[in-house]
Amino acid sequence: MQNILVYIQAPGATPTKSQCELLTLGASLGEVRVVLGAHADEATRAVLSSWGATGFYAAEALEGHIAPEAALLAAAAKDFKAAAVLLPNDSAGREVAARAAIKLDAGVITDAIGVEQDLTVTKSVLAGSYTVRVKATRGPLLVTVKPNSVELPSEAPATISAAALSTLDLGEVGPMAVITGVSERASSGRPDLSEARFVVAGGRGVDGDFGPVEELADALGAAVGASRAATDAGWIDHGAQIGQTGKTVSPQLYISAGISGAIQQKAGMQTSTYIVAVNSDPDAPVFEIADLGIVGDLTRVLPQAAAEIRRRKG
Amino acid sequence: MSQSTGTPLRILVLVKHVPDVQFDRHLAGEHLRIDRQDSVLSELDEYAIEAGLQLAESRGGAAAGNTVTALSMGPEAAVNAVRKALQMGATEGVHLCDDALAGSDAGATSLALAAAVRHLAGFDLIITGMSSTDAETSLVPAQLAERLSLAQLTQISRVELAADSTTIRAVRETEHAALNLEAELPVLLSVTDQANEPRYPNFKGIMAAKKKKVTVLNLSDIGVDPASVGGAGSATQVEAAEARAEREAGRIITDSGNAGIELVDFLAAAKLI
Repeated sequence: MQNILVYIQAPGATPTKSQCELLTLGASLGEVRVVLGAHADEATRAVLSSWGATGFYAAEALEGHIAPEAALLAAAAKDFKAAAVLLPNDSAGREVAARAAIKLDAGVITDAIGVEQDLTVTKSVLAGSYTVRVKATRGPLLVTVKPNSVELPSEAPATISAAALSTLDLGEVGPMAVITGVSERASSGRPDLSEARFVVAGGRGVDGDFGPVEELADALGAAVGASRAATDAGWIDHGAQIGQTGKTVSPQLYISAGISGAIQQKAGMQTSTYIVAVNSDPDAPVFEIADLGIVGDLTRVLPQAAAEIRRRKG
Repeated sequence: MSQSTGTPLRILVLVKHVPDVQFDRHLAGEHLRIDRQDSVLSELDEYAIEAGLQLAESRGGAAAGNTVTALSMGPEAAVNAVRKALQMGATEGVHLCDDALAGSDAGATSLALAAAVRHLAGFDLIITGMSSTDAETSLVPAQLAERLSLAQLTQISRVELAADSTTIRAVRETEHAALNLEAELPVLLSVTDQANEPRYPNFKGIMAAKKKKVTVLNLSDIGVDPASVGGAGSATQVEAAEARAEREAGRIITDSGNAGIELVDFLAAAKLI
Protein backbone atom coordinates (compact mmCIF):
# COMPACT_ATOMS: atom_id res chain seq x y z
CA MET A 1 0.00 0.00 0.00
CA GLN A 2 1.33 3.46 -0.87
CA ASN A 3 1.67 6.26 1.64
CA ILE A 4 -0.34 9.44 1.10
CA LEU A 5 0.08 12.73 2.96
CA VAL A 6 -2.79 15.20 3.22
CA TYR A 7 -2.05 18.82 4.09
CA ILE A 8 -4.68 20.34 6.39
CA GLN A 9 -3.88 24.02 6.47
CA ALA A 10 -6.30 25.27 9.10
CA PRO A 11 -7.62 22.38 11.17
CA GLY A 12 -10.90 23.23 12.92
CA ALA A 13 -13.40 21.45 15.16
CA THR A 14 -15.34 20.38 12.06
CA PRO A 15 -13.33 19.73 8.89
CA THR A 16 -14.39 21.78 5.86
CA LYS A 17 -15.91 20.07 2.83
CA SER A 18 -12.71 20.43 0.86
CA GLN A 19 -10.65 18.98 3.74
CA CYS A 20 -13.02 15.98 3.84
CA GLU A 21 -12.56 15.60 0.08
CA LEU A 22 -8.75 15.53 0.40
CA LEU A 23 -8.96 12.92 3.18
CA THR A 24 -11.47 10.78 1.27
CA LEU A 25 -9.34 10.93 -1.88
CA GLY A 26 -6.21 10.12 0.15
CA ALA A 27 -7.83 7.10 1.81
CA SER A 28 -8.88 5.77 -1.62
CA LEU A 29 -5.23 5.90 -2.77
CA GLY A 30 -3.38 4.48 0.25
CA GLU A 31 -2.56 4.94 3.91
CA VAL A 32 -3.10 8.54 5.00
CA ARG A 33 -1.22 10.73 7.42
CA VAL A 34 -2.02 14.40 7.90
CA VAL A 35 0.37 17.36 7.99
CA LEU A 36 -1.07 20.04 10.29
CA GLY A 37 -0.57 23.62 9.08
CA ALA A 38 -1.62 24.92 12.50
CA HIS A 39 -2.22 23.58 16.00
CA ALA A 40 -4.97 20.92 16.28
CA ASP A 41 -6.22 19.75 19.66
CA GLU A 42 -7.01 16.11 20.40
CA ALA A 43 -10.72 16.42 19.53
CA THR A 44 -9.85 17.91 16.13
CA ARG A 45 -7.32 15.14 15.49
CA ALA A 46 -9.94 12.55 16.47
CA VAL A 47 -12.36 13.87 13.83
CA LEU A 48 -9.60 13.86 11.21
CA SER A 49 -8.71 10.29 12.26
CA SER A 50 -12.30 9.21 11.67
CA TRP A 51 -11.92 10.57 8.12
CA GLY A 52 -8.97 8.22 7.61
CA ALA A 53 -5.86 9.83 9.10
CA THR A 54 -3.61 7.18 10.68
CA GLY A 55 -1.03 9.67 11.96
CA PHE A 56 -0.21 13.37 12.21
CA TYR A 57 2.81 15.57 11.62
CA ALA A 58 3.23 18.98 13.24
CA ALA A 59 6.02 21.43 13.94
CA GLU A 60 6.99 22.81 17.35
CA ALA A 61 6.14 26.30 16.06
CA LEU A 62 5.13 27.53 12.62
CA GLU A 63 5.91 31.22 12.74
CA GLY A 64 6.26 33.09 9.49
CA HIS A 65 4.70 32.82 6.11
CA ILE A 66 4.71 29.83 3.66
CA ALA A 67 8.39 28.89 4.07
CA PRO A 68 7.96 27.05 7.42
CA GLU A 69 4.87 25.16 6.21
CA ALA A 70 6.81 24.06 3.12
CA ALA A 71 9.70 22.90 5.31
CA LEU A 72 7.30 20.89 7.50
CA LEU A 73 5.60 19.33 4.50
CA ALA A 74 8.92 18.29 2.94
CA ALA A 75 10.18 16.84 6.24
CA ALA A 76 6.94 14.87 6.67
CA ALA A 77 7.06 13.57 3.08
CA LYS A 78 10.59 12.25 3.72
CA ASP A 79 9.70 10.72 7.09
CA PHE A 80 6.59 8.97 5.75
CA LYS A 81 8.20 8.09 2.37
CA ALA A 82 5.06 9.52 0.81
CA ALA A 83 4.16 8.55 -2.75
CA ALA A 84 1.84 11.55 -3.02
CA VAL A 85 0.93 14.68 -1.09
CA LEU A 86 -2.57 16.15 -1.48
CA LEU A 87 -3.12 19.87 -0.82
CA PRO A 88 -5.94 22.38 -1.23
CA ASN A 89 -5.93 24.33 -4.51
CA ASP A 90 -5.97 27.81 -2.91
CA SER A 91 -3.00 30.18 -3.10
CA ALA A 92 -1.35 29.05 0.13
CA GLY A 93 -1.81 25.37 -0.80
CA ARG A 94 -0.18 25.94 -4.19
CA GLU A 95 2.70 27.92 -2.73
CA VAL A 96 3.44 25.43 0.05
CA ALA A 97 3.43 22.67 -2.60
CA ALA A 98 5.61 24.77 -4.92
CA ARG A 99 8.33 25.30 -2.31
CA ALA A 100 8.19 21.77 -0.90
CA ALA A 101 8.60 20.44 -4.46
CA ILE A 102 11.95 22.22 -4.76
CA LYS A 103 13.14 20.76 -1.44
CA LEU A 104 12.05 17.28 -2.55
CA ASP A 105 13.11 17.62 -6.23
CA ALA A 106 9.54 16.58 -7.02
CA GLY A 107 6.83 17.43 -9.51
CA VAL A 108 3.87 19.58 -8.56
CA ILE A 109 0.54 19.57 -10.39
CA THR A 110 -2.15 22.18 -9.63
CA ASP A 111 -5.90 22.33 -10.34
CA ALA A 112 -6.42 18.54 -10.20
CA ILE A 113 -9.97 17.28 -10.69
CA GLY A 114 -8.98 13.62 -10.26
CA VAL A 115 -6.10 11.44 -9.04
CA GLU A 116 -6.00 7.77 -10.00
CA GLN A 117 -4.49 4.80 -8.15
CA ASP A 118 -1.31 4.97 -10.26
CA LEU A 119 -1.13 8.72 -9.39
CA THR A 120 -2.07 9.96 -12.84
CA VAL A 121 -3.67 13.39 -12.39
CA THR A 122 -6.52 14.78 -14.48
CA LYS A 123 -6.87 18.55 -14.85
CA SER A 124 -8.30 20.98 -17.32
CA VAL A 125 -6.01 23.56 -18.98
CA LEU A 126 -6.22 26.65 -21.20
CA ALA A 127 -9.42 27.80 -19.54
CA GLY A 128 -11.20 24.49 -19.95
CA SER A 129 -10.27 23.97 -23.62
CA TYR A 130 -8.43 20.71 -22.90
CA THR A 131 -8.52 17.96 -20.31
CA VAL A 132 -5.04 16.55 -19.76
CA ARG A 133 -3.56 13.59 -17.92
CA VAL A 134 -0.30 14.43 -16.17
CA LYS A 135 2.18 12.39 -14.14
CA ALA A 136 5.06 13.25 -11.88
CA THR A 137 8.23 11.63 -13.20
CA ARG A 138 10.31 11.83 -10.01
CA GLY A 139 9.93 12.50 -6.30
CA PRO A 140 6.61 12.26 -4.50
CA LEU A 141 3.71 13.71 -6.49
CA LEU A 142 2.58 17.02 -4.99
CA VAL A 143 -0.94 17.78 -6.16
CA THR A 144 -3.40 20.56 -5.33
CA VAL A 145 -6.97 19.35 -5.72
CA LYS A 146 -9.90 21.56 -6.74
CA PRO A 147 -12.99 21.59 -4.51
CA ASN A 148 -15.95 19.44 -5.61
CA SER A 149 -13.65 16.88 -7.26
CA VAL A 150 -14.32 14.04 -4.81
CA GLU A 151 -17.63 12.46 -3.86
CA LEU A 152 -18.07 12.29 -0.10
CA PRO A 153 -19.78 9.45 1.79
CA SER A 154 -23.44 10.29 2.50
CA GLU A 155 -22.82 10.27 6.27
CA ALA A 156 -19.89 11.56 8.28
CA PRO A 157 -17.87 8.63 9.71
CA ALA A 158 -18.23 7.70 13.39
CA THR A 159 -15.63 9.36 15.57
CA ILE A 160 -12.68 7.26 16.72
CA SER A 161 -9.77 8.15 19.00
CA ALA A 162 -7.00 10.39 17.68
CA ALA A 163 -4.08 8.77 15.85
CA ALA A 164 -0.52 9.47 16.99
CA LEU A 165 1.14 12.86 16.54
CA SER A 166 4.82 13.28 15.56
CA THR A 167 6.54 16.61 15.99
CA LEU A 168 9.23 17.38 13.40
CA ASP A 169 12.19 19.71 13.63
CA LEU A 170 12.22 22.19 10.73
CA GLY A 171 15.82 23.32 10.98
CA GLU A 172 16.75 26.63 9.31
CA VAL A 173 13.91 27.78 7.01
CA GLY A 174 15.55 30.96 5.63
CA PRO A 175 14.23 34.50 5.20
CA MET A 176 10.47 34.97 5.24
CA ALA A 177 7.76 37.56 5.58
CA VAL A 178 5.98 37.99 8.89
CA ILE A 179 2.22 38.43 9.17
CA THR A 180 1.51 41.69 11.03
CA GLY A 181 -2.26 41.70 10.67
CA VAL A 182 -5.23 39.78 9.29
CA SER A 183 -8.59 41.17 8.17
CA GLU A 184 -11.11 38.43 7.56
CA ARG A 185 -13.50 39.16 4.75
CA ALA A 186 -17.04 39.68 6.01
CA SER A 187 -19.02 36.49 5.47
CA SER A 188 -22.04 36.89 3.21
CA GLY A 189 -23.69 33.81 4.71
CA ARG A 190 -23.85 32.40 1.17
CA PRO A 191 -21.96 29.35 -0.11
CA ASP A 192 -18.29 29.80 -1.00
CA LEU A 193 -17.97 30.72 -4.68
CA SER A 194 -15.35 28.14 -5.63
CA GLU A 195 -17.19 25.30 -3.84
CA ALA A 196 -20.83 26.16 -4.65
CA ARG A 197 -23.14 23.80 -6.58
CA PHE A 198 -25.04 26.78 -7.97
CA VAL A 199 -23.71 30.21 -8.94
CA VAL A 200 -25.63 33.32 -9.99
CA ALA A 201 -23.34 35.96 -11.49
CA GLY A 202 -23.98 39.57 -12.49
CA GLY A 203 -22.16 41.87 -14.89
CA ARG A 204 -22.32 45.30 -16.45
CA GLY A 205 -26.04 44.80 -17.10
CA VAL A 206 -26.94 44.91 -13.39
CA ASP A 207 -26.02 48.60 -13.60
CA GLY A 208 -24.88 48.97 -10.01
CA ASP A 209 -27.63 46.96 -8.32
CA PHE A 210 -26.85 43.34 -7.35
CA GLY A 211 -30.25 43.06 -5.61
CA PRO A 212 -31.93 40.89 -8.27
CA VAL A 213 -28.82 38.65 -8.56
CA GLU A 214 -28.70 38.18 -4.78
CA GLU A 215 -32.43 37.53 -4.55
CA LEU A 216 -32.24 34.69 -7.09
CA ALA A 217 -29.04 33.34 -5.49
CA ASP A 218 -30.73 33.18 -2.09
CA ALA A 219 -33.84 31.49 -3.47
CA LEU A 220 -31.57 28.82 -5.00
CA GLY A 221 -29.03 28.64 -2.17
CA ALA A 222 -26.40 29.75 -4.69
CA ALA A 223 -23.16 31.70 -4.42
CA VAL A 224 -22.96 35.18 -5.97
CA GLY A 225 -20.36 35.88 -8.64
CA ALA A 226 -19.52 38.80 -10.91
CA SER A 227 -17.74 39.74 -14.10
CA ARG A 228 -14.64 41.88 -14.00
CA ALA A 229 -16.65 44.86 -15.28
CA ALA A 230 -18.85 44.66 -12.18
CA THR A 231 -16.00 44.26 -9.68
CA ASP A 232 -13.93 46.99 -11.36
CA ALA A 233 -16.93 49.31 -11.10
CA GLY A 234 -16.92 48.65 -7.35
CA TRP A 235 -20.48 47.24 -7.32
CA ILE A 236 -19.34 44.10 -5.51
CA ASP A 237 -16.24 42.80 -3.73
CA HIS A 238 -13.32 41.78 -5.95
CA GLY A 239 -13.44 38.30 -4.36
CA ALA A 240 -16.62 37.62 -6.37
CA GLN A 241 -14.86 37.96 -9.72
CA ILE A 242 -15.14 35.03 -12.12
CA GLY A 243 -12.96 34.75 -15.20
CA GLN A 244 -9.43 34.66 -16.50
CA THR A 245 -8.05 36.89 -13.74
CA GLY A 246 -10.56 35.88 -11.09
CA LYS A 247 -11.92 32.56 -9.89
CA THR A 248 -12.66 29.63 -12.12
CA VAL A 249 -15.91 27.93 -11.19
CA SER A 250 -17.41 24.68 -12.35
CA PRO A 251 -20.81 24.42 -10.65
CA GLN A 252 -23.75 22.27 -11.70
CA LEU A 253 -25.67 25.41 -12.57
CA TYR A 254 -24.31 28.79 -13.61
CA ILE A 255 -26.78 31.62 -14.17
CA SER A 256 -25.22 34.58 -15.96
CA ALA A 257 -27.13 37.87 -15.70
CA GLY A 258 -26.19 40.98 -17.64
CA ILE A 259 -22.80 39.57 -18.64
CA SER A 260 -21.92 39.71 -22.34
CA GLY A 261 -19.66 36.65 -22.03
CA ALA A 262 -16.42 37.88 -23.56
CA ILE A 263 -13.73 35.21 -23.75
CA GLN A 264 -12.15 36.29 -20.45
CA GLN A 265 -15.43 35.70 -18.57
CA LYS A 266 -16.14 32.49 -20.45
CA ALA A 267 -12.77 31.15 -19.32
CA GLY A 268 -13.96 31.18 -15.71
CA MET A 269 -17.24 29.29 -16.14
CA GLN A 270 -17.46 27.29 -19.36
CA THR A 271 -17.02 23.91 -17.64
CA SER A 272 -20.24 24.40 -15.64
CA THR A 273 -22.73 21.56 -16.18
CA TYR A 274 -25.66 23.84 -17.09
CA ILE A 275 -25.44 27.48 -18.16
CA VAL A 276 -28.44 29.82 -18.18
CA ALA A 277 -27.94 33.34 -19.54
CA VAL A 278 -30.15 36.39 -19.14
CA ASN A 279 -29.16 39.42 -21.22
CA SER A 280 -31.02 42.25 -22.91
CA ASP A 281 -28.69 42.09 -25.94
CA PRO A 282 -29.72 39.23 -28.28
CA ASP A 283 -26.20 39.28 -29.81
CA ALA A 284 -24.36 38.73 -26.48
CA PRO A 285 -21.69 36.01 -27.01
CA VAL A 286 -22.83 34.26 -23.82
CA PHE A 287 -25.88 32.96 -25.74
CA GLU A 288 -23.53 30.84 -27.91
CA ILE A 289 -22.71 28.63 -24.91
CA ALA A 290 -25.91 28.82 -22.85
CA ASP A 291 -28.20 25.81 -22.50
CA LEU A 292 -31.04 28.26 -21.95
CA GLY A 293 -30.77 31.84 -23.16
CA ILE A 294 -33.29 34.50 -22.17
CA VAL A 295 -33.33 37.79 -24.04
CA GLY A 296 -34.90 40.11 -21.53
CA ASP A 297 -34.58 42.55 -18.65
CA LEU A 298 -32.81 40.90 -15.73
CA THR A 299 -34.59 43.18 -13.23
CA ARG A 300 -37.84 41.50 -14.28
CA VAL A 301 -36.71 37.93 -15.09
CA LEU A 302 -34.59 37.28 -11.99
CA PRO A 303 -37.13 38.38 -9.32
CA GLN A 304 -39.89 36.48 -11.15
CA ALA A 305 -37.75 33.31 -11.16
CA ALA A 306 -36.84 33.81 -7.47
CA ALA A 307 -40.52 34.17 -6.52
CA GLU A 308 -41.43 31.08 -8.52
CA ILE A 309 -38.68 29.01 -6.84
CA ARG A 310 -39.85 30.13 -3.40
CA ARG A 311 -43.44 29.27 -4.35
CA ARG A 312 -42.51 25.75 -5.58
CA LYS A 313 -40.35 25.09 -2.53
CA GLY A 314 -43.41 26.06 -0.51
CA MET B 1 12.90 67.30 -11.81
CA SER B 2 13.56 63.95 -10.23
CA GLN B 3 14.20 64.11 -6.54
CA SER B 4 16.49 61.66 -4.86
CA THR B 5 14.49 60.09 -2.04
CA GLY B 6 16.67 57.28 -0.81
CA THR B 7 19.05 54.55 -1.83
CA PRO B 8 18.54 53.57 -5.48
CA LEU B 9 16.74 50.29 -6.06
CA ARG B 10 17.69 47.51 -8.46
CA ILE B 11 14.47 45.86 -9.56
CA LEU B 12 14.00 42.80 -11.75
CA VAL B 13 10.61 42.17 -13.35
CA LEU B 14 9.87 38.76 -14.87
CA VAL B 15 7.71 38.86 -17.97
CA LYS B 16 6.27 36.03 -20.03
CA HIS B 17 5.31 35.82 -23.68
CA VAL B 18 2.06 33.85 -23.87
CA PRO B 19 -0.57 32.95 -26.48
CA ASP B 20 -3.14 35.75 -26.79
CA VAL B 21 -6.17 34.84 -24.66
CA GLN B 22 -8.46 36.56 -27.18
CA PHE B 23 -8.02 33.63 -29.57
CA ASP B 24 -8.45 29.87 -29.32
CA ARG B 25 -5.38 28.29 -27.76
CA HIS B 26 -4.05 24.81 -28.50
CA LEU B 27 -1.82 22.03 -27.28
CA ALA B 28 0.23 20.62 -30.16
CA GLY B 29 2.96 18.19 -31.16
CA GLU B 30 4.30 14.96 -29.74
CA HIS B 31 4.89 16.49 -26.29
CA LEU B 32 1.52 18.26 -26.10
CA ARG B 33 3.04 21.69 -25.55
CA ILE B 34 1.25 25.00 -25.84
CA ASP B 35 1.25 26.37 -29.38
CA ARG B 36 3.03 29.72 -28.95
CA GLN B 37 2.10 31.42 -32.22
CA ASP B 38 0.23 34.74 -31.88
CA SER B 39 1.80 35.41 -28.51
CA VAL B 40 1.83 38.66 -26.53
CA LEU B 41 3.08 39.92 -23.17
CA SER B 42 1.01 38.15 -20.49
CA GLU B 43 -1.54 40.77 -19.45
CA LEU B 44 -0.99 40.03 -15.76
CA ASP B 45 2.72 40.87 -16.10
CA GLU B 46 1.85 44.49 -16.96
CA TYR B 47 0.91 44.94 -13.29
CA ALA B 48 4.36 43.64 -12.28
CA ILE B 49 6.10 46.09 -14.64
CA GLU B 50 3.96 48.96 -13.35
CA ALA B 51 4.72 48.02 -9.73
CA GLY B 52 8.45 48.02 -10.53
CA LEU B 53 8.28 51.38 -12.30
CA GLN B 54 6.32 52.97 -9.44
CA LEU B 55 8.80 51.73 -6.81
CA ALA B 56 11.71 53.05 -8.89
CA GLU B 57 9.94 56.39 -9.40
CA SER B 58 9.28 56.70 -5.67
CA ARG B 59 13.06 56.97 -5.28
CA GLY B 60 13.67 59.39 -8.12
CA GLY B 61 13.57 57.01 -11.09
CA ALA B 62 16.39 56.27 -13.52
CA ALA B 63 17.94 59.72 -12.99
CA ALA B 64 18.64 58.80 -9.37
CA GLY B 65 20.22 55.48 -10.35
CA ASN B 66 17.19 53.20 -9.92
CA THR B 67 16.98 50.41 -12.47
CA VAL B 68 14.12 48.22 -13.64
CA THR B 69 15.34 45.23 -15.65
CA ALA B 70 12.81 43.11 -17.57
CA LEU B 71 13.73 39.42 -17.93
CA SER B 72 11.92 36.95 -20.14
CA MET B 73 12.66 33.28 -20.70
CA GLY B 74 11.32 31.83 -23.92
CA PRO B 75 11.85 31.29 -27.65
CA GLU B 76 13.05 34.06 -29.95
CA ALA B 77 9.69 35.84 -30.15
CA ALA B 78 9.67 36.22 -26.35
CA VAL B 79 11.93 39.24 -26.79
CA ASN B 80 8.69 41.07 -27.69
CA ALA B 81 7.56 40.78 -24.06
CA VAL B 82 10.85 42.41 -23.01
CA ARG B 83 10.39 45.14 -25.65
CA LYS B 84 6.91 45.94 -24.36
CA ALA B 85 8.33 46.31 -20.83
CA LEU B 86 11.04 48.66 -22.18
CA GLN B 87 8.36 50.73 -23.94
CA MET B 88 6.48 51.06 -20.66
CA GLY B 89 9.67 52.39 -19.06
CA ALA B 90 11.94 49.54 -17.92
CA THR B 91 15.59 50.57 -18.16
CA GLU B 92 17.05 47.44 -19.74
CA GLY B 93 16.10 43.96 -20.91
CA VAL B 94 17.41 40.42 -20.66
CA HIS B 95 16.24 37.53 -22.82
CA LEU B 96 17.07 34.00 -21.68
CA CYS B 97 16.78 31.97 -24.86
CA ASP B 98 17.89 28.39 -25.45
CA ASP B 99 16.28 25.56 -27.43
CA ALA B 100 16.86 23.21 -24.49
CA LEU B 101 14.37 25.22 -22.40
CA ALA B 102 11.34 24.20 -24.49
CA GLY B 103 8.80 22.19 -22.51
CA SER B 104 10.07 23.24 -19.07
CA ASP B 105 7.49 22.84 -16.32
CA ALA B 106 7.30 25.24 -13.35
CA GLY B 107 10.15 23.53 -11.47
CA ALA B 108 12.51 23.58 -14.47
CA THR B 109 11.49 27.16 -15.33
CA SER B 110 12.26 28.30 -11.79
CA LEU B 111 15.63 26.51 -11.95
CA ALA B 112 16.65 28.41 -15.11
CA LEU B 113 15.27 31.75 -13.89
CA ALA B 114 17.01 31.39 -10.52
CA ALA B 115 20.32 30.78 -12.30
CA ALA B 116 19.72 33.86 -14.48
CA VAL B 117 18.96 35.96 -11.40
CA ARG B 118 22.20 34.78 -9.72
CA HIS B 119 24.12 35.55 -12.92
CA LEU B 120 22.69 39.09 -13.15
CA ALA B 121 22.98 39.52 -9.34
CA GLY B 122 22.33 42.34 -6.92
CA PHE B 123 18.55 42.85 -7.07
CA ASP B 124 16.58 44.35 -4.19
CA LEU B 125 13.24 43.17 -5.56
CA ILE B 126 12.17 40.51 -8.03
CA ILE B 127 8.61 41.18 -9.20
CA THR B 128 6.23 38.86 -11.08
CA GLY B 129 2.57 38.84 -12.03
CA MET B 130 0.02 36.82 -10.03
CA SER B 131 0.13 34.00 -12.60
CA SER B 132 0.78 33.51 -16.28
CA THR B 133 -2.30 33.56 -18.46
CA ASP B 134 -1.30 30.28 -20.16
CA ALA B 135 -0.34 27.63 -17.58
CA GLU B 136 -2.03 29.59 -14.73
CA THR B 137 -0.32 27.60 -11.96
CA SER B 138 1.20 30.51 -9.93
CA LEU B 139 4.00 28.13 -8.90
CA VAL B 140 7.08 29.87 -10.28
CA PRO B 141 7.17 32.88 -7.87
CA ALA B 142 7.14 30.65 -4.76
CA GLN B 143 9.69 28.28 -6.34
CA LEU B 144 12.01 31.18 -7.17
CA ALA B 145 11.76 32.41 -3.57
CA GLU B 146 12.67 28.91 -2.40
CA ARG B 147 15.62 28.52 -4.79
CA LEU B 148 16.99 32.02 -4.11
CA SER B 149 16.25 31.92 -0.36
CA LEU B 150 14.16 35.10 -0.49
CA ALA B 151 11.20 36.15 1.62
CA GLN B 152 8.10 35.79 -0.55
CA LEU B 153 5.33 38.38 -0.69
CA THR B 154 2.89 36.93 -3.20
CA GLN B 155 -0.64 37.74 -4.44
CA ILE B 156 -0.07 41.32 -3.32
CA SER B 157 -2.67 44.03 -3.93
CA ARG B 158 -0.82 46.88 -2.19
CA VAL B 159 2.84 47.55 -1.58
CA GLU B 160 4.64 50.22 0.43
CA LEU B 161 8.35 50.93 0.68
CA ALA B 162 9.20 54.17 2.44
CA ALA B 163 12.13 56.27 1.23
CA ASP B 164 15.39 55.08 2.79
CA SER B 165 13.62 52.08 4.31
CA THR B 166 14.57 48.48 3.60
CA THR B 167 11.33 47.13 5.11
CA ILE B 168 8.62 46.39 2.59
CA ARG B 169 4.99 46.25 3.70
CA ALA B 170 2.36 44.60 1.56
CA VAL B 171 -1.23 43.36 1.59
CA ARG B 172 -1.81 39.79 0.41
CA GLU B 173 -5.28 38.88 -0.83
CA THR B 174 -6.28 35.31 -0.05
CA GLU B 175 -9.58 33.53 -0.62
CA HIS B 176 -10.96 34.47 2.81
CA ALA B 177 -8.84 37.28 4.22
CA ALA B 178 -6.37 40.06 3.57
CA LEU B 179 -3.00 39.56 5.28
CA ASN B 180 -0.60 42.37 6.15
CA LEU B 181 2.92 41.17 5.48
CA GLU B 182 6.29 42.68 6.24
CA ALA B 183 9.78 41.65 5.13
CA GLU B 184 13.29 43.01 4.73
CA LEU B 185 14.75 43.51 1.25
CA PRO B 186 15.66 41.63 -0.86
CA VAL B 187 12.27 40.03 -1.56
CA LEU B 188 10.27 38.18 -4.18
CA LEU B 189 7.02 40.02 -4.89
CA SER B 190 4.05 38.88 -7.00
CA VAL B 191 1.31 41.45 -7.63
CA THR B 192 -2.36 40.98 -8.53
CA ASP B 193 -4.42 42.89 -11.07
CA GLN B 194 -5.73 45.01 -8.16
CA ALA B 195 -2.27 46.38 -7.36
CA ASN B 196 -2.22 49.25 -9.86
CA GLU B 197 -3.34 50.58 -13.25
CA PRO B 198 -0.60 49.71 -15.79
CA ARG B 199 0.45 52.62 -18.02
CA TYR B 200 0.26 52.48 -21.80
CA PRO B 201 3.55 53.00 -23.64
CA ASN B 202 3.49 56.51 -25.16
CA PHE B 203 5.26 57.61 -28.34
CA LYS B 204 8.28 58.83 -26.40
CA GLY B 205 8.50 55.52 -24.54
CA ILE B 206 8.27 53.56 -27.77
CA MET B 207 11.05 55.62 -29.38
CA ALA B 208 13.24 55.44 -26.26
CA ALA B 209 12.82 51.66 -26.07
CA LYS B 210 14.52 51.25 -29.46
CA LYS B 211 17.79 52.48 -27.92
CA LYS B 212 17.61 50.36 -24.77
CA LYS B 213 19.88 47.37 -24.37
CA VAL B 214 18.57 43.80 -24.47
CA THR B 215 21.14 41.21 -23.35
CA VAL B 216 20.62 37.70 -24.68
CA LEU B 217 21.72 34.84 -22.45
CA ASN B 218 21.83 31.11 -23.13
CA LEU B 219 22.11 28.20 -20.69
CA SER B 220 25.90 28.02 -20.79
CA ASP B 221 26.12 31.75 -19.95
CA ILE B 222 24.23 31.11 -16.71
CA GLY B 223 25.83 27.75 -15.94
CA VAL B 224 22.78 25.52 -16.31
CA ASP B 225 23.04 21.94 -17.56
CA PRO B 226 20.60 21.59 -20.50
CA ALA B 227 19.56 18.16 -19.17
CA SER B 228 18.18 19.77 -15.97
CA VAL B 229 15.59 21.86 -17.85
CA GLY B 230 13.15 21.46 -20.75
CA GLY B 231 10.86 18.46 -21.08
CA ALA B 232 13.61 16.03 -20.00
CA GLY B 233 14.52 17.98 -16.85
CA SER B 234 10.90 18.54 -15.76
CA ALA B 235 9.45 16.44 -12.94
CA THR B 236 6.00 16.41 -14.53
CA GLN B 237 4.92 15.13 -17.90
CA VAL B 238 1.69 15.50 -19.87
CA GLU B 239 0.70 12.03 -21.07
CA ALA B 240 -2.52 12.76 -22.95
CA ALA B 241 -4.72 15.70 -23.89
CA GLU B 242 -8.29 15.78 -25.05
CA ALA B 243 -9.90 18.86 -26.53
CA ARG B 244 -13.17 19.64 -24.78
CA ALA B 245 -16.22 19.43 -26.99
CA GLU B 246 -17.41 22.91 -27.93
CA ARG B 247 -20.46 23.97 -25.97
CA GLU B 248 -23.42 24.43 -28.23
CA ALA B 249 -26.08 27.07 -27.95
CA GLY B 250 -29.28 25.70 -26.48
CA ARG B 251 -32.76 27.19 -26.62
CA ILE B 252 -33.04 30.97 -26.77
CA ILE B 253 -36.28 32.66 -25.81
CA THR B 254 -37.32 36.29 -25.68
CA ASP B 255 -39.08 37.41 -22.53
CA SER B 256 -42.75 38.12 -23.10
CA GLY B 257 -43.51 38.47 -19.41
CA ASN B 258 -43.10 34.83 -18.40
CA ALA B 259 -39.38 34.09 -18.85
CA GLY B 260 -38.72 33.86 -15.09
CA ILE B 261 -41.23 30.99 -14.88
CA GLU B 262 -39.68 29.33 -17.94
CA LEU B 263 -36.28 29.61 -16.30
CA VAL B 264 -37.59 27.71 -13.27
CA ASP B 265 -39.26 25.12 -15.55
CA PHE B 266 -35.84 24.56 -17.15
CA LEU B 267 -34.20 24.06 -13.75
CA ALA B 268 -36.93 21.62 -12.72
CA ALA B 269 -36.61 19.64 -15.99
CA ALA B 270 -32.83 19.40 -15.42
CA LYS B 271 -33.58 18.20 -11.85
CA LEU B 272 -31.61 21.10 -10.40
CA ILE B 273 -34.46 22.06 -8.07
